[in-house]
Amino acid sequence: MNNLWGDSLSSFWSAWIIVITLGTIALSVWILLANRRTDKIPDADGNVETTGHAADGIEEYDNPLPQWWFKLFILTVVFALGYLVLYPGLGNYAGVLGWSQESQWEKEVADAEERFTPIFAQYQEVPIPDLARDADAMQVAERIYLNNCAVCHGSNAQGGYGFPNLTDDDWLYGGEPENILTTLNNGRNGLMPSWQQLGENNIENLTQYVLSLSGEEHDAERAASGESTFLAACAACHAPSGTGNIALGAPNLTDDVWLYLAPGQSVGDSIRQTLRNGRNGHMPAQAAYIGEERVHLVAAYVYSLRFND
Amino acid sequence: MKHEIVEKNVGLLAVLILVAISFAGLAEVVPLFFQKQTNEPVEGLRPLTALELEGRDIYRREGCVGCHSQMVRPFRAETERYGHYNVAGEQVYEHNFLWGSKRTGPDLARVGGRYSDDWHRAHMYNPRDVVPESIMPAYPWLFERTLDGEATPRKMRTLRQLGVPYTDDDIATATAEVRGQQEITALVAYLQQLGTVLEGTR
Repeated sequence: MNNLWGDSLSSFWSAWIIVITLGTIALSVWILLANRRTDKIPDADGNVETTGHAADGIEEYDNPLPQWWFKLFILTVVFALGYLVLYPGLGNYAGVLGWSQESQWEKEVADAEERFTPIFAQYQEVPIPDLARDADAMQVAERIYLNNCAVCHGSNAQGGYGFPNLTDDDWLYGGEPENILTTLNNGRNGLMPSWQQLGENNIENLTQYVLSLSGEEHDAERAASGESTFLAACAACHAPSGTGNIALGAPNLTDDVWLYLAPGQSVGDSIRQTLRNGRNGHMPAQAAYIGEERVHLVAAYVYSLRFND
Repeated sequence: MKHEIVEKNVGLLAVLILVAISFAGLAEVVPLFFQKQTNEPVEGLRPLTALELEGRDIYRREGCVGCHSQMVRPFRAETERYGHYNVAGEQVYEHNFLWGSKRTGPDLARVGGRYSDDWHRAHMYNPRDVVPESIMPAYPWLFERTLDGEATPRKMRTLRQLGVPYTDDDIATATAEVRGQQEITALVAYLQQLGTVLEGTR
C-alpha cells in the first residue's frame, strides 16, 4: 500500500509549482515595496502632496502604511519562506523536516501499536472462559462491543428483529468459545429457503406443527398432518426432533425463541412469513475490521453475557 | 503604475482580479489534472452497476451527503474507526464526488459490507428500531417507491462521456436491471459497495 499517494510530480509540474509559488511571494514583496510611501513633508505654505482624489473639496492624503502593518506583511513573507524550507510545498522538494501526511499517520499508528499490542497479546493468551471473568479485560471488550456490534445486537446485547439475542442460552451456531470465535472471525450466512411451492395448505399445517414443537397454542389436527411434511422438508436442517443444527445455523424450534418476531406479530404469523418467503441472516466477518486480537476479547465478552442473570 | 488607469477601467480591473486570485489554483489544483494518482483508477475499480448508480442518485436526492461524509482522512483516530484513508484512485469514476464536509452521522466511505442488507433496510425504515439513540430521519418511502429505469441509460451515457468505462452492453441492459426494484434495494446496493475496492485495508 506504499504507492497509494501516486508517483512524484514530473519535473515540468514541479517547476510550474515552484515558479508560481515563489513568483507570487516575490510579486507580493514587490507590490509592498513599490507602493511604499514616505511621510510627505509640507511645503512652506503648509500644503501637502495628496493622491489627487477629491470629493467636496476634501482631498485624500497619501500617507504610508502604519509601521506595524507594514512589518506584519514582511512577517508573512518570512513565515511563507520558512514554511517552504521546512515542509513540502515546492513541487517535489520534500522539505527539511521530511514531513508527509502519510508518514505522520504511519507514526501515529506505530506509536499506538507499540502501546496497545502487548496488552492485546497478553489477553490473547488467556482462554476465553477465564478472560470472561477478568473485569479489566471485559471493560475493554465492552467498548469494542459497543463500537462494532451494538448497532445490530443492541447495547444490551439482547438483539432485535432478525438480530440474535446474545444473552440467552439459544445459539444458532453454538455458544462454545470456538463457535463464537468462528462466528466473529468469519461471519455467518444463514439461509432459510422459501417453501412457497408446498402450497398454502401445507404451510399452514407446518406452521401448526412448529407451534406445537414449542408448546404454543396450535391446531392439533393440522399439526398432526404437518409432521410428515416437516420430516420430509425441514428435518434435514432442523433435525427430526426440531432441535436444530448448530453446524448449519438452523434454529432450535422447540425452545420458544423466535428471531423474526416483529413487535405485535403473533408467533404463527412469523412462522408463516418465514415459510412463505424464506429468511436470509447475514453476520459480517469481523476479523477484517477489528483484527483477531480484538475479536478474541469480544468473544470473551459475548461468552461473559451468560454470567449476568 | 497609476491606480487611476486600473480603477477607471472595469474590464481591466476584472482581468487583473482574476489573475491575482488564480495563482493558488494554478499551483495547487491545475497540476492534479495531469497526475497519474488522480486520474488512474486503483486496481479492481469498476463503474457502479445500473442498480448501484440509481442508489447513488437516491443518496444524492435524499441529501445523505449533508450529514454523512465519504472521506476518511489519514489520522489514526479515523482509520481505527472507519478503515483505510481514502485514496484519489478510488474516486476517479465519481461525478460529482460525495465526500461531504459534515459528520452529523458517521463517515460512510468504507461502510460496504460492515452491516447486513437486512440491517440497512431496518435502519432506513426507522433508525430507532436498531439504534435507539439515533437522530437519523426515517426514509419509509424508499420501500414504497420503485424505479422505472427510464433515465438510467442516459445517465450512464453521460458518465461515459466523462470517462467512466461503461460498455454498450451495460447501457443496453440498464433499464431492465433496475425496472421495478424498490428504491431501498438500489440504495442498499450502493452502500454495500462503498470503499470495498482496496483489499486488506480494514
